[in-house]
Amino acid sequence: MSKTPVQFSLNGSPSAVFVDDAQNLLDVLRRGVGDLSPKYGCGQGTCGSCTVLIDGEPHLSCLTLAETVEGRAVETTNGLATGPQLHALQEAFMENFAAQCGYCTPGMLMAAKALLDRTPRPSREEVIEAISGNICRCTGYEPIIDAIMAASGQPTRRTG
Amino acid sequence: MVTITTVETLQEAAANGGQGTAFLGGGTLLMRGVNYGDQDVSHIVRLRQPQSLAGVSLEGERVRLGACATMATILRSTDVAFLHAVARAVGGPAIRNMATVGGNVYAPHPYGDLAVALLALDAKLRMSDGSEMEMERLLATRDTETRLIESVSAVRPSGDDFRFLKVTRVKPRGASVLSIAAWLPRRAGRISGARIAFGAMAPTPVRAPTVEAALEGASLDQNGIDRALQSVANDLNPPDDSLASGWYRKEVAPVHLKRLLLGQGTR
Repeated sequence: MSKTPVQFSLNGSPSAVFVDDAQNLLDVLRRGVGDLSPKYGCGQGTCGSCTVLIDGEPHLSCLTLAETVEGRAVETTNGLATGPQLHALQEAFMENFAAQCGYCTPGMLMAAKALLDRTPRPSREEVIEAISGNICRCTGYEPIIDAIMAASGQPTRRTG
Repeated sequence: MVTITTVETLQEAAANGGQGTAFLGGGTLLMRGVNYGDQDVSHIVRLRQPQSLAGVSLEGERVRLGACATMATILRSTDVAFLHAVARAVGGPAIRNMATVGGNVYAPHPYGDLAVALLALDAKLRMSDGSEMEMERLLATRDTETRLIESVSAVRPSGDDFRFLKVTRVKPRGASVLSIAAWLPRRAGRISGARIAFGAMAPTPVRAPTVEAALEGASLDQNGIDRALQSVANDLNPPDDSLASGWYRKEVAPVHLKRLLLGQGTR
């Protein structure tokens, strides 16, 4: 099996790996560079738990051929916090009980980050749309939507 | 083991075809197969710079979509606002950042909702050898076609001449139980030259010629469309899958076509 060198930016830092033919980005992130934050859920693009940002846009890393990220910027949940300081979305997910088993959480966070980077004060409908490709089977979606609204500095449905 | 060949041009990609070869568009269907050990794919060919084929441009009364344009590209372009509801019906945001026009044309049942819309909009395909072909012809021969799609040209409909509806079981982003696209040009209030296409009603998107004939000269009201609704079953032979039986799809097709034609079900 041949190996292909791939260089990309991971959470702002340069990263270089050799990838196997047909290896997907999720596998490279988890096994190649040790970033365990994106999760393997379904492997078929249905659940969204492997969502990462590529050049600022959400992509499903399980369906991304690893060598296609050559020269691009990849962001994962591991890059959200700044040192000990959690990202506003991470704080809001904790405050709003938006995680139980936590498996969908990295994908939800990255889908939400892409939204807030583009639309800092989204409507509730825009939040629902942004996470429409992400499945959660624990909390239901309302606490997650509340958390994203809270992270954007807007009232959640259950407060006020 | 799956091998990868990276090429610079579409023509090089086409020249790398052969048994077991698949061409990478956005990867949403191909990589799923690879992840699950699809034995039909042993070689993937990809373009190093797919962005070169990712444009959207106006050409008179038509619009041209590059084969590597994504659903997100379509949603960002005001020139193809008539396709926004269709692109939005394809997966969630991450899928839409990846799924391409060319991949959608090749998507197997029950996928390919954009292809349904393009078929209704009289799509013509520019192929990697520079030739042009009708989309219906490609859909009929795509399993053996060796050329690749460079771009797709489609009619730019006016007003509410174009309508699209997708029915899913899993809201909001499930695969199609069925999808319908209708281009309904009118003269003096009467339909003239309608094109109706169905998705998830055959291995590929299909037109409904009997329905189209029944709509010719009709008005878009209950009386005008009755004959078309009665003839839907003549045009459809849908397969069974885990989402719905072929029988169910055929039973509900007239209901959804009625909603679409009366403007009650467009998305």
